Amino acid sequence: MHAQLPTVATLPQLLANGQTTTRSVVDTLSAAIESRNPVLNAYLSWDGAEAARWAQEVDAQSVANRPLLAGVPIGIKDVLNVQGQPCGCASLILEKYVSPYDATAVARLRQAGALPFGRLNMDEFAMGSSNENSAYGPARNPWNAGYVTGGSSGGSAAAVAGGMAVAALGTDTGGSIRQPAAFCGCVGLKPSYGRVSRYGLTAFASSLDQIGPLTQSVEDAAILLQVIAGHDPLDSTSLDRPVPDYRAALSGDLAGMRLGLPREYFTDGVDPQVTWAVRAAIEECRKLGAEIVDVDLPHTRYAVATYYIIATAEASANLARFDGVRYGARESGQDPIDSYGRTRARYFGPEVKRRIILGTFVLSSGYYDAYYLRAQKVRTLIRRDFEAAFQQCDALLAPVAPTTAYPLGERVDDPLQMYLGDIFTVTANLAGICGLSVPCGFSDNGLPVGLQVLGPAFREETILRVGHAYEQATDWHHGLPPVCAEDGGQ
Amino acid sequence: MSGANPYKVSIGLETHVQLKTRSKIWCACPNTFGSDPNTDVCPICLGYPGSMPVLNAEAVKLTVMAGLLLGCRINHYSKFDRKSYFYPDMPKNYQISQYDQPLCTGGSVPIEVDGKPKVIRIHRIHLEEDVAKNNHFETASGVDFNRAGTPLMEIVSEPDIASADEAFAFLQALKQMLVYGGITDGNLEQGNIRCDINCSVRPDTQTTLGTKTEIKNMNTFKGVHRSLTYEIKRQIEVCEQGGKIMQETRRWDDARGVTTAMRSKEYAHDYRYFPEPDLMPVVLDDAQIDEWRTALPEMPQARRTRFITDFGLPAYDADVLVADKPIADFFEATLAAGASPKAASNWVMTELLRMLGEQEWSVSEARITPTMLADILRLLDEGKINNPAAKTIFSVCFTEGGDPRAIMEARGLAQVSDEGALDRWVQAAITANPKSVADYQAGKKAALQFLMGQVMRASQGKANPPKVMQALKAQLDG
Ligand SMILES: [Zn+2]
Repeated sequence: MHAQLPTVATLPQLLANGQTTTRSVVDTLSAAIESRNPVLNAYLSWDGAEAARWAQEVDAQSVANRPLLAGVPIGIKDVLNVQGQPCGCASLILEKYVSPYDATAVARLRQAGALPFGRLNMDEFAMGSSNENSAYGPARNPWNAGYVTGGSSGGSAAAVAGGMAVAALGTDTGGSIRQPAAFCGCVGLKPSYGRVSRYGLTAFASSLDQIGPLTQSVEDAAILLQVIAGHDPLDSTSLDRPVPDYRAALSGDLAGMRLGLPREYFTDGVDPQVTWAVRAAIEECRKLGAEIVDVDLPHTRYAVATYYIIATAEASANLARFDGVRYGARESGQDPIDSYGRTRARYFGPEVKRRIILGTFVLSSGYYDAYYLRAQKVRTLIRRDFEAAFQQCDALLAPVAPTTAYPLGERVDDPLQMYLGDIFTVTANLAGICGLSVPCGFSDNGLPVGLQVLGPAFREETILRVGHAYEQATDWHHGLPPVCAEDGGQ
Repeated sequence: MSGANPYKVSIGLETHVQLKTRSKIWCACPNTFGSDPNTDVCPICLGYPGSMPVLNAEAVKLTVMAGLLLGCRINHYSKFDRKSYFYPDMPKNYQISQYDQPLCTGGSVPIEVDGKPKVIRIHRIHLEEDVAKNNHFETASGVDFNRAGTPLMEIVSEPDIASADEAFAFLQALKQMLVYGGITDGNLEQGNIRCDINCSVRPDTQTTLGTKTEIKNMNTFKGVHRSLTYEIKRQIEVCEQGGKIMQETRRWDDARGVTTAMRSKEYAHDYRYFPEPDLMPVVLDDAQIDEWRTALPEMPQARRTRFITDFGLPAYDADVLVADKPIADFFEATLAAGASPKAASNWVMTELLRMLGEQEWSVSEARITPTMLADILRLLDEGKINNPAAKTIFSVCFTEGGDPRAIMEARGLAQVSDEGALDRWVQAAITANPKSVADYQAGKKAALQFLMGQVMRASQGKANPPKVMQALKAQLDG
């Protein structure tokens, strides 16, 4: 029998009142992982003994004047560096790699009193939309273990939705936080580009990557963002702008807000059950006081192609460093270059290779102008689409993905089909804006649907307010997946 | 070549200069030379997963100052790009460099060959990171990443250089300006300055440039001169025999004194440049550029003029002294320690430069300091030592250092001016050499020099020569 995990928002009060202890939370966490991870495969590794030691230390300290996240264990996607822990990016090429340093976001969690706990499954190097590209097998959907979690932060989403993490950090390059959050039924926030330091995030596509929280509630997302956001001298692309009080923005209503519906996100290609759930959510927002308007994002249809050119180009350079010379797996060869070839051929998975080859091609002499340069121009047009849309409204409402989670294996042989599933999420990364995924219903076969709230760059408080108001008015997020019920969750 | 040369030579140099910053270009590791392998490293300069570069502002400042010294246009907007290639010396397997928007464009370097002045135009100067150093051992290779991430400035010349001599003069002039500007230490042994050579020849009547070859990674100016002398001759011979120059990269074999073609596999690269997404563009305003302009140190020409007018040095002395900034600095420091300009200049130009040349040392390697030299000159001036003793003390200070007065005392080099002692040596010399005395008295002046030598020998070089002369004359003439 397992108790349910508290949220980030409630835990400090429970600890202060003596209703629970950090040790008890950690024990619940460990027990849940022990029982569910063999099925869900959300964690690649975790150290329950270390967490227990840490919990005892925290419990021994005074509860007065504690930092914001004192006693909160936070799950970490395997792409983020935590000093002394593995950082394998779910790849065989980094199988035995142990990181020598903390990512800035991780360091900030620690400073706030949290424990970076465990290594969460993902698509290899964050390349994928189903978590099936992990070298250690896919994480599985807590609502139906025969279905994908989405990706690439599939382990983070499955852990939070499956009662195996109080909250988690993921990364979002083209939807990798929002889409698995939608597929698994938890909250996922992709901050604006430059809001959270990328230092210590093993880069996939540097101009698109952002770190963000996956949580049980919108309020939890606001709290975690508060901790990890802000300028970092170690990341030149992190913006030096004040961080607002996100929790204070959660007013619970939408009075006076204008919310836009991008026409291009409500097309025939979307699963009717997704459209139905999102339409219902829009009605709910109207009831909460929002004015709903239609807007256009005319360059949406070029977004997936643009994204896969820019992301793969950057990835081809970012992943060049994995050559076995300084760290990671190494195959010997006749000379260094031969050794590199053998190492990379043996230890990179097929999707990673596909993207490196694609990225190498689009940057090659003679093709650069036609692909990379043109993609950058389209990216500017997509950014302008959003700027124009946000002249007419405060935030946008849309589906996160055209479908709900699909059965494991369904799309593994059809990468293009897989890429097209990213249509509604890649745009936010291309434009550098922020996006939130909130549970908004279930399909007939009992799989969660996500509502996406998109906001202008550096207006996370706006989308958090919308998501929070909607969440308070509905109870989708209270649903408990079968995996939790089966082993005794209440 | 004698007579009119029927071929024109066009040489362009890409000169890589390590900047004299305290830390590396993207991280806080020290920018030093000679540490144990892989000790001045961190996750950033080792290219560890998740690490990110942060641009060292000092490196931008020094590059812009170099641009100002060379009369370049300083670009208000420039950016960094990734240059991709796989090689063990490159931790990320891409080098962060500047592709199409460098910090500086245009500019020139004045040179002089055989008394003829010429201006070599500069195409551009950009900033990038240096790579690691590969070391090859008997059965294995190792990579030392200490050098990885050293700020490196690349100065690309136009193909205005027309001979090996001009190339040599260009590098000398460039080095002098950059060392003067405090941009680099300019230490060739430590690889502070390295260059790639582009060289082509064409018949005098042809207007377009001939096919060029590239000689990579030259780290001595002498090597540049020798390799160019060889390569120009080789290209002309190929043309003379009706052959075609292949566009290729060649390697200089210093031992054999020849250039040889590298296998195409070794250099054929598509670098796949694209803008570096981890760094923001460099934006400079006029106020910033002007501030750096006023911070530029004195250049050799201005210093030469000052040496002549302020210190009354002959033009020749001034030329010799300013040619090497550390020497000129040593000289000025000696004056500051109290020496007279002419004496200091003589000693720096003769003793110091001679001994540095013999040892093949730079000034910083010699143990003598400007204060030591000033003290030696003071002892000389006060008549405490004679010239030979001064040279001996100088030599000791040069190799071992120490207090000149203490050395004088310890080695008994103090000059003897005591009249009693001098008289005894003079008397002894006169008594022992009656023939010389007779010769002198018969009008042979040279005999006096002989007697003088006898006295000096008897005193083991310590007698005060003018006083000896005085005493001898007094005895013989008296
Ligand atoms: Zn470093």
